[in-house]
Amino acid sequence: MNIIVCLKQVPGTTEVKIDPNTNTLVRQGVKGIINPLDTYALEEGVRLKERFGGEVTVISMGPPQAAEMLREAISLGADKAVLLSDSAFAGADTLATALTLAAAIKKLGACDMVICGRQTIDGDTGQVGPELAEMLEVAFVAYVSKVEEVANGLMRVRRMIEEGHEVIEASLPALITVVKEINVPRLPSLRGIAKSKGAVIPVWTARDLGIDPNAVGLAGSATRVVKVFTPQRVSKGEVLSGDLAAQVDTVVSKLKSAGLI
Amino acid sequence: MEYFLTEQQKTIKSLARRVAEERILPVRAELDEKEEFPRAIIKDLAAADLFRVFIPAEYDGLGGGTLDLVLVVEELSRVCSGVAVSYAASGLGCFTLMDFGTEEQKKKYLPDIAAGKKLTAFALTESTAGSDASAIRTTAEKVSGGYVLNGTKQFITNGGEAELYTVIALTDKTKGARGASTFIVEKGTEGFTFGKKEKKMGIRSSATRELVFRNCFVPEANRIGKEGMGFIMTMKLLDRSRPGIGAQAVGLAQGALEAALEYAGTRVQFGHPLTALPVVQDMLAEMAIQVEAARLMVYAAARTADSGARSYTEESAMAKVFASDVAMKVTTDAVQICGGAGYMKDYPVEKMMRDAKITQIYEGSNQVLRNAVFFDLRKRKGQRA
Repeated sequence: MNIIVCLKQVPGTTEVKIDPNTNTLVRQGVKGIINPLDTYALEEGVRLKERFGGEVTVISMGPPQAAEMLREAISLGADKAVLLSDSAFAGADTLATALTLAAAIKKLGACDMVICGRQTIDGDTGQVGPELAEMLEVAFVAYVSKVEEVANGLMRVRRMIEEGHEVIEASLPALITVVKEINVPRLPSLRGIAKSKGAVIPVWTARDLGIDPNAVGLAGSATRVVKVFTPQRVSKGEVLSGDLAAQVDTVVSKLKSAGLI
Repeated sequence: MEYFLTEQQKTIKSLARRVAEERILPVRAELDEKEEFPRAIIKDLAAADLFRVFIPAEYDGLGGGTLDLVLVVEELSRVCSGVAVSYAASGLGCFTLMDFGTEEQKKKYLPDIAAGKKLTAFALTESTAGSDASAIRTTAEKVSGGYVLNGTKQFITNGGEAELYTVIALTDKTKGARGASTFIVEKGTEGFTFGKKEKKMGIRSSATRELVFRNCFVPEANRIGKEGMGFIMTMKLLDRSRPGIGAQAVGLAQGALEAALEYAGTRVQFGHPLTALPVVQDMLAEMAIQVEAARLMVYAAARTADSGARSYTEESAMAKVFASDVAMKVTTDAVQICGGAGYMKDYPVEKMMRDAKITQIYEGSNQVLRNAVFFDLRKRKGQRA
């Protein structure tokens, strides 16, 4: 079973600062890590390989330093890695990102399953997975918490929904996005680390993928980030005092005067 | 300090630290409290390839030696000595096989040990034979195609948890120590059962249990080396494994030093953190010096073992004795610095102090090892080679 896992390198902290002049993330001095939710995608890919055989290829669109993240993915069990890197890819929104990843997945050839994390911790949109499935014209299941069976060209997965879970059967090839409940990602192994050090990670540009540079990156993006800002802290609300009946009266009169009731 | 480790050894050390901090730290207090064997962590160690480090490459290992084992034990022990000894005991349980086994025996067992699928244990101690290992009573009577074992081993680390046991038994009762031989006994062999599980002061997550042999048939193919070589092989094994106990002690002391330093830096008395007091500074500095000295001695002994030296009883004994005495002293001082808080189970130094004591006792009590150092000293009349 050939599996492709899509990874994104994100800043390794939850306290990223925003440059007030450019409205972009300050990435300097912040170590890049594998997007935490993508580590579950990678782990699931490796586990499926261990269960059903085959190969796991990891791909990422990003700057040249993302190659180190891909190397780490190899130490965690991936067999091969490809980095999609080109100045033309810069500033991509989810649509342009999905287009680039789709071109790379088609170039890699036959695959049975594409696995993505539910969303990233920096962009937080959760859109790339479903967009990618559309472009690849394959079955798509989001929020997968368990891959129950893969056999005879079908997969049976369990997905988390608000009320509980659904069990879905879909034909392969398919794309799933996974939630953190699906597994506990492993730590690297010494053999994996040794393998990752010697791994050759090809870099594919827009030209290698045969895509129009105007269709990717900022040029190919359907959306624009107008402003990124830190929301102002809401000042402390009013704390009521007095006995319960008086407090309730105050709340009711305030709601009435605000026209809410 | 520059330890002159290879790139591979640095990788091993940092991965062992990561496993310890991410997988052991969150559960160490619970494992200690419940005296629970850390099966899930053993799986993590196996998945990280840490059981491969001391096994030759031709048997699916990574081809390292005693020093590689020592680095892992030290890092695991810095967080939990009970887990560290469960790991180290697997080295103890397979070194004899590695050093004296036939090609066939090594091919049969080592790949599974390297993969962490099979834990091992070493069984020498009996109720009548501790420091005086020659006083063992377990017998291996020669029969057609093999031997029949009878007797009871005591205080066996990884007892009940290991799949493979390296057992010392007498094939000739009349010859005493020279009548001992070494056998590999697999868990599940008929006539081989487990007795009492010990309740311990420290290293409580490790399993310590009796092994009971009642007319247990072991095929001849499972004897390691020649008949009568058991005791000599055991002495060589312990020389090689003692730096591992030294590493356990160094890791413990390092963990206690870090905990004490952190506490002293935040605990305010008389308007200042404890680290502002010269008497505390002095204690911490002394602890750091002791830990570093112990580490260097343990690494040096491990390197001597890996150098192919014919005999290194003295170096190995010195390192184990020194490091374990340091661990006892440093963990005790760490509790002292942490004061009332340090005496409580909410703080890790209390466990470290309990864990440290055994390092002065097992794999040769520090008294019997000082005795061994003295014999070597007398032999070479104080001269350094």
